[in-house]
Amino acid sequence: MNNISVFCEIENGIVADVSLELLTKAYHLSEKLNCKLEAIAIGNKLNSIPKQVFPYGVHKLFLVEDRRLEFYQTLPFTHIVAGIFKESKPQIALMGASNVGRDLGPRVSSKLNSGLTADCTELEIGDFYDKKNDKQYNNLLYQIRPAFGGNIIATIINPEHRPQMATVREGVMKKEIINKNNIGEVVNLDSNKYLNNTDFVIEILERHVEERSINIKNSQVIVSGGYGVGSKENFKYLYELASVLGGEVGASRAAVDAGFADHARQVGQTGVTVRPKLYIACGISGQIQHTAGMDQSAMIISINIDKDAPINEIADIVITGDVSSVVPKIIAAYKKNTK
Amino acid sequence: MKKLKIVVLAKQVPDTRNVGKDAMKADGTVNRGALPAIFNPEDMNALEQALQLKDKYPDTEITILTMGPGRAADIIREGLYRGVDNGILLTDRKFAGSDTLATSYALSLAIKKIEPNLIIAGRQAIDGDTAQVGPQVAEKLNIPQITYAESISYQNNNIIVKRRLDNGIETVQSPLPVLITVGSSATICRARNAKLLMKFKHACTQSELQEKSNDYIIQQRPYLKISEWGVDDVDADDKLLGLSGSPTKVKKIENVVFTAKESKIINDNEAEINELIIELIENHTIG
Repeated sequence: MNNISVFCEIENGIVADVSLELLTKAYHLSEKLNCKLEAIAIGNKLNSIPKQVFPYGVHKLFLVEDRRLEFYQTLPFTHIVAGIFKESKPQIALMGASNVGRDLGPRVSSKLNSGLTADCTELEIGDFYDKKNDKQYNNLLYQIRPAFGGNIIATIINPEHRPQMATVREGVMKKEIINKNNIGEVVNLDSNKYLNNTDFVIEILERHVEERSINIKNSQVIVSGGYGVGSKENFKYLYELASVLGGEVGASRAAVDAGFADHARQVGQTGVTVRPKLYIACGISGQIQHTAGMDQSAMIISINIDKDAPINEIADIVITGDVSSVVPKIIAAYKKNTK
Repeated sequence: MKKLKIVVLAKQVPDTRNVGKDAMKADGTVNRGALPAIFNPEDMNALEQALQLKDKYPDTEITILTMGPGRAADIIREGLYRGVDNGILLTDRKFAGSDTLATSYALSLAIKKIEPNLIIAGRQAIDGDTAQVGPQVAEKLNIPQITYAESISYQNNNIIVKRRLDNGIETVQSPLPVLITVGSSATICRARNAKLLMKFKHACTQSELQEKSNDYIIQQRPYLKISEWGVDDVDADDKLLGLSGSPTKVKKIENVVFTAKESKIINDNEAEINELIIELIENHTIG
């Protein structure tokens, strides 16, 4: 039986959250398909990787250790991942829709001539009947994602080509330990089997990594601003409210594109997916590519001058008014009532 | 140094960012016909990077390549107005229905024919947001790629790129040829140049010319003719194009319909907001 494979992204010896989230999802898919879960880890100093991934139900872990591969590089990683896929023939292959996964995924899919769907928001198993060729396909991966600026939701399938590849953004799937005592098989592979010298033509001259200072994903309260906030200056009201409520500031894509807020704060399909206790949407119109990243919030308050803004339809509470007028009133009311 | 021969990949896309009220149908779904066709924003950033290299190294030659229907000739004209040397419209009914892989196959054949040593594309197009075509083209051409670029320079026959990581910045160096995709954090594109606009405003493809009566202009000024290439011009294998060349199939499309939920409406005055905050503190949502 062909298995499910997850490419694990590693930074400083730690498996990225997005990869653990995908392992969790992939484990549940593997139960449905009655197959096993495999993981691939490439890098330098991988000795702690097995104990990081086995609790997520991994049956077999392919480890490729090479000191030249400490940092992600397109060509060597492509050749190793495509090489492992050719040997292990997974039916499904998943990777994070991070800058790494979105660089690697298309390259591998082009090499193997297999289909890839980017930024899926749901993955399911289902059947498909091809009317044109009168052919029935069972147990395909439904790759579900918004498209067309989030105005449609498309279900994509790859009937003929394997592996069925998909990328998923961080925070979309839930990370959950399957069995903390699970021990799988470790398969050590020699990188030289897959690589040649021309794979290292691109040289990394300098690399500057910032600690993630903005962590909206784990915040219980998010005060998020859209284009309707009006300016970068007006975002100060949002920062102040977030600070008194002990939360973080988020932003819509339109606000990020307009330069009002940093990309790290972007919520939505092309940003972070969040599920806080309280989401306050300030001047956000509510295109689905934004709402897809926040509609699981326990409570949504929309502050918008336009009472017909689409976001109001998913909001629990709608405050009709201008952000610069409403937000200071909330701050004052909060301070008054928590003294 | 080696002369740079650049291909800029650009796509004409519906402006999905500005889905206004008039673009919504009565049933809450999008009326695609009401969306204007625009130059994909990140492809504009890619074009700017190519133009900056040409500013610095004037012998650089830039070709803008786009795949799409006849009206995508607009993309080539926008390139000409800003300083590219020439453009090619890759257009054929057989390309219709291509997914990213089949698109990459077609583009890679056209690029092979142009023989550039540098290819620059936008990271992704706003209608699909996949970011797949750049890397898939690079793989088909069997050349290295650098994605998420912010700036590009050229020194000692090497391309040097500053690129975004998820949590930082990286500077990398590559020999030619290489394919680079440029993200939204790169410099925005310059405006049209007035002189070039005058020079190229009549530029058109053969198909467009057939609908016009002023073909004498093109005969006198051959630089106004925009090349159109079809399947036969790039020697494409039909089986690898369109729906048959696309491993991914669309099983189902659902229009997003905004469904209403009962929301509580509060007005912008101190008393109502105060009452709401007290309620939120009492039910432990905040505080």
